[in-house]
Amino acid sequence: MKVSLSWLNDYVDVTLDTPELAHELTMAGLEVEGVTDIYDHLENICVGKVLEVAPHPNADRLTLCQVDTGERTVQIVCGAPNVKADMVVPVALPGACMPSGMRIKKSKLRGEVSEGMLCSSKELQFDDDHAGIMSLDPSLTPGRPLAEALSLSDTMLEIGLTPNRPDCLGIIGIAREVAAVQKTKVKYPDADIADKENRINDLTSVKIEDPDHCPRYAARMVEGIKVGPSPKWLQERLNSIGVRPISNIVDITNYIMMETGQPLHAFDFDRLAENRIVVRLAKDGEKFVTLDEKERTLSAETLMICDGEKPVAVGGVMGGANSEIEDGTTRVLIESAYFNPISIRRTAKCLGLNTEASHRFERGVDPEGTVIALNRATMLISELGGGTIVGGLIDEHPKPSILPEIALSVMATNRLLGTGFNSDEISNFLTSIEFAVKSKNDEEMVVVPPSYRVDVERPEDLMEEVARLSGYNNIPTTSPVVRAQTELPGKSLVLRSTVRQLMTGFGFTEVINYSFIHRESCERLMLDEEDPRKSIIDIMNPLTEDHAVMRTSLVPGLLECMNRNIARQEKNLKLFEVGKTFIGKGQDSLPEEIEMLIGIWTGARDVSALHSIGEHCDFFDLKGVVEGLLKGLYANCVAFTRLDGGTCKYLRPGYTAGITVEGRNVGIIGEVAPAVLENYDLKQTAYIFELDLCRLNQLTLKPVQAQLIPKFPAISRDITLIINKGIESQQIRDAVKDMDETLVEDIHLFDVFEGGRISSDKKSLSFRIIYRSPDTTLEDEKANHIHKAISEKLIKAFNADLPG
Amino acid sequence: MTISQINENALKELKATRSVDDINALSVKYLGRKGALTLFLRNISNLPPAERPEAGKMANQVKKALETLFEEATAKFESVGQGMEDIIDVSLPGRTAQPGSLHPITQITGQVCDIFTRLGFNVAEGPEIESDYYNFEALNIPKNHPARDMQDTFYISENVVLRTHTSPMQVRFMEKHDPPVRIIAPGKVYRCDSDLTHTPMFHQVEGLLVDEGVSFGDLKGILTTFIHQMFDEEISLRFRPSFFPFTEPSAEVDILCVMCRGKGCRVCSQTGWLEVLGAGMVHPAVFENVKFDTSKFTGFAFGMGIERIAMLKYGIDDIRKYFDNDFRFLRQF
Repeated sequence: MKVSLSWLNDYVDVTLDTPELAHELTMAGLEVEGVTDIYDHLENICVGKVLEVAPHPNADRLTLCQVDTGERTVQIVCGAPNVKADMVVPVALPGACMPSGMRIKKSKLRGEVSEGMLCSSKELQFDDDHAGIMSLDPSLTPGRPLAEALSLSDTMLEIGLTPNRPDCLGIIGIAREVAAVQKTKVKYPDADIADKENRINDLTSVKIEDPDHCPRYAARMVEGIKVGPSPKWLQERLNSIGVRPISNIVDITNYIMMETGQPLHAFDFDRLAENRIVVRLAKDGEKFVTLDEKERTLSAETLMICDGEKPVAVGGVMGGANSEIEDGTTRVLIESAYFNPISIRRTAKCLGLNTEASHRFERGVDPEGTVIALNRATMLISELGGGTIVGGLIDEHPKPSILPEIALSVMATNRLLGTGFNSDEISNFLTSIEFAVKSKNDEEMVVVPPSYRVDVERPEDLMEEVARLSGYNNIPTTSPVVRAQTELPGKSLVLRSTVRQLMTGFGFTEVINYSFIHRESCERLMLDEEDPRKSIIDIMNPLTEDHAVMRTSLVPGLLECMNRNIARQEKNLKLFEVGKTFIGKGQDSLPEEIEMLIGIWTGARDVSALHSIGEHCDFFDLKGVVEGLLKGLYANCVAFTRLDGGTCKYLRPGYTAGITVEGRNVGIIGEVAPAVLENYDLKQTAYIFELDLCRLNQLTLKPVQAQLIPKFPAISRDITLIINKGIESQQIRDAVKDMDETLVEDIHLFDVFEGGRISSDKKSLSFRIIYRSPDTTLEDEKANHIHKAISEKLIKAFNADLPG
Repeated sequence: MTISQINENALKELKATRSVDDINALSVKYLGRKGALTLFLRNISNLPPAERPEAGKMANQVKKALETLFEEATAKFESVGQGMEDIIDVSLPGRTAQPGSLHPITQITGQVCDIFTRLGFNVAEGPEIESDYYNFEALNIPKNHPARDMQDTFYISENVVLRTHTSPMQVRFMEKHDPPVRIIAPGKVYRCDSDLTHTPMFHQVEGLLVDEGVSFGDLKGILTTFIHQMFDEEISLRFRPSFFPFTEPSAEVDILCVMCRGKGCRVCSQTGWLEVLGAGMVHPAVFENVKFDTSKFTGFAFGMGIERIAMLKYGIDDIRKYFDNDFRFLRQF
């Protein structure tokens, strides 16, 4: 809401200076978001006196003017026909910025120096006159700033109103707040019309067919008017708050709307069929052309203002082209109504029309302000449009509003606010903004809010007014007294935070990608038709195609992130993200939200080129990270098993493993498939892993039980097996474990060898087996004996050869 | 020359030595057969008898001390000479991996949660895709209410939305727990808005405290403590009236602009103040929706945008940087 200070002064004597006023309004809940000098476009524009006018040597239509600008006389090239010597004119000096956006600078025009511009009144936004240079009072001193010379000084406040304060959508509403802050009174403008007759009822009638949508409709008429431009003061007023003047009648309805907050509409009475108004709902699918010359399709819920035959306005939203005021209009019917806020909001949404009128009606105008605004507009139209008021008022009011009577407890107020106000203090705050206080005692009072405060319904609403008027910053700051009780953080929080700590410890940097992805992401990842991640959730109103659906996988976001970074020459990346994926469960149900962890490693193994020149990271680098992570999460029985090609198409076949913890699938690891890299325009190999944190939540971070540390020394024995390439090392470890030899403590792989003398379909694996007895020092012989037995079993089971 | 002069001269010359050879020469000059100290000792018999024992004692002490110093100096020069092949360039980069970094949003969320958990709040979380009921209706924002314009909403269907704030957690939590309630709820939220100061996804932390006798003064107290912990103890803050459909009275909390200290700058749009929190006393309609006894319990709720706080704390100028994930940006935190 924009308010100019001069206009505001019509309704309240503003005694505060502007910064104080802005501060006080802000602290009263009317946040002043901007303070601007309305005439700041007149900066660097001064009064000048034309001393001499000579023809331009190179252009017939231009003249060379010598202009006295106070300190010095400058030459200005001018194209206006009316310029002549001794004329006093506005001069835009170099540095001035015209309202059109043009910057004035010293320049040459057709070879002649010009140090400024002589201005027309249109160029200065005073009016529409652009016939020639504006002529000023000859007594003005050259060199004076124009704004000062013409006493043009006004300030515009831009107030960010919250939706609960429609009463402040009129300047009088703001004036009330200013008066409350200053402890002064509001000067209400005269709105009384003494009707001597009731002729309006002979000329027209108003019939409300749907009182739920239109509880009140008032109208007056003025005849014998002449449509034309508004007087300058009115145009200036409207311009000062950014409303474009149109014609006197329309300007007056706008002016009164800005003054009172009540939207008005003026109909050309003679264009109303049967000269009457009917308020009814539209027929479904009915067409109507609004003032902006667009054809609208109406629904059965749209409230229409009609004449005897047809709709003439969309009630509370926009008038129709068919009843618009025209140059020849002589009789007007002025509408001032109270429409149902919900009905107007629905209509405005449905038609995609947000007008000054609908904005006010949907927030709620003053149900008792209808006639006041109507009278104000009627008086002004008759005054400025030169017409006479038709005696009488139509005020159809089938559903009068009832003002709430709210019981307010002093104790409850102080309890909620933490204050110690007594009954009188509370009552004084409320009456300062025109709330009526009835039947007050020390404990309680009954309060009736003014009709324009449609937001006040409950005792808490009154408490807010008390708090607001006493000043939030004057309420004592206290500390709540709370019971000593605590609860440990939930497991999912601990898991997430441990994961983040471990991942950064492993050198990974956290990213946060948008939860929305491109609609084709599933195709880019080559997900199968039956993949649950194909159940994507569409956003009905996405901002861009790239962000049109909710992500069902963190992979697309991370690959796009990799792409952006590589484009910026960051090629060595270790990134991770913790976030939710969303799997659709049908139109109106909430989706399944699964928290996932994803990590990516691409580029160098070690960014410090010194120690590992050019070595690229590989599958096992990332696998080591996952192993370390799961160990750090106290996961038991972690296994990586190769996934067949086709199980997960976005990872490269043969280079992909499923991750299980205690036999349950928790994730996947592998190299990104070349085709997917291509889909994301990536040329660099990348390894990723994904872990389902919801599943890990049940399998990790279990309480630790300390184990005894062995008392007796261990013996280790090695075995090297030459086996078929297709056998995985894990199978051999599992085989040893399955033998259930109590003295075998551990087995680990320490060498893998291929090539050399080993045939190409075989590989050599070397294991070290640790033997230990829990209750005695193990003898070499015993260990040798077991080791031999194990070796033989392995050779048989895997059809292995021994080296050598 | 007295014995102390000899000692002083020797020490002075020792400082100027640069090699083993220098030390050897010095040793000859003072301790050699014709050295100054040797001569002094030899001539001690020329002194009066009473002074001889003291002078002899001192001379021997000096001799011993110089011998030790010369030996040490020799050893020092020798070790340097020989050790040239056996040193490492300690300025070479280390081999161990560098730690990664947590996203600034994660870090600030963590700090906010830390402060509030120390104040006795527990962390609660909820879905990011919400029903219209929890996101709006239960929070006293009925359909066709102009307050819906305050938040540009992404719709999944007519009754399912991407949550526009973390406030639905208030209702979800109170539905399942009796008072007293003390929670904070961090998480992602979504609004259909994208420009220099808005991203369609951002992060909020919601807070809720409900108990007997909780007042607006308490709300001020908790939030003042929070701001002082989050920024600094000296920072000024102010509470001013605002409007949220689910609180009454409602407030916005401004801090004195951290950039210009209240003088007015681009960051604070010349106002000198920066809005960092929205808050208020829980609206009775919300309590009615979760069947809390409004005659007995009062409470306050608050919410803040993490991106905004992180911008102020880290001096980040463009909100879009958070989700662009430029490695060079992220590595700084």
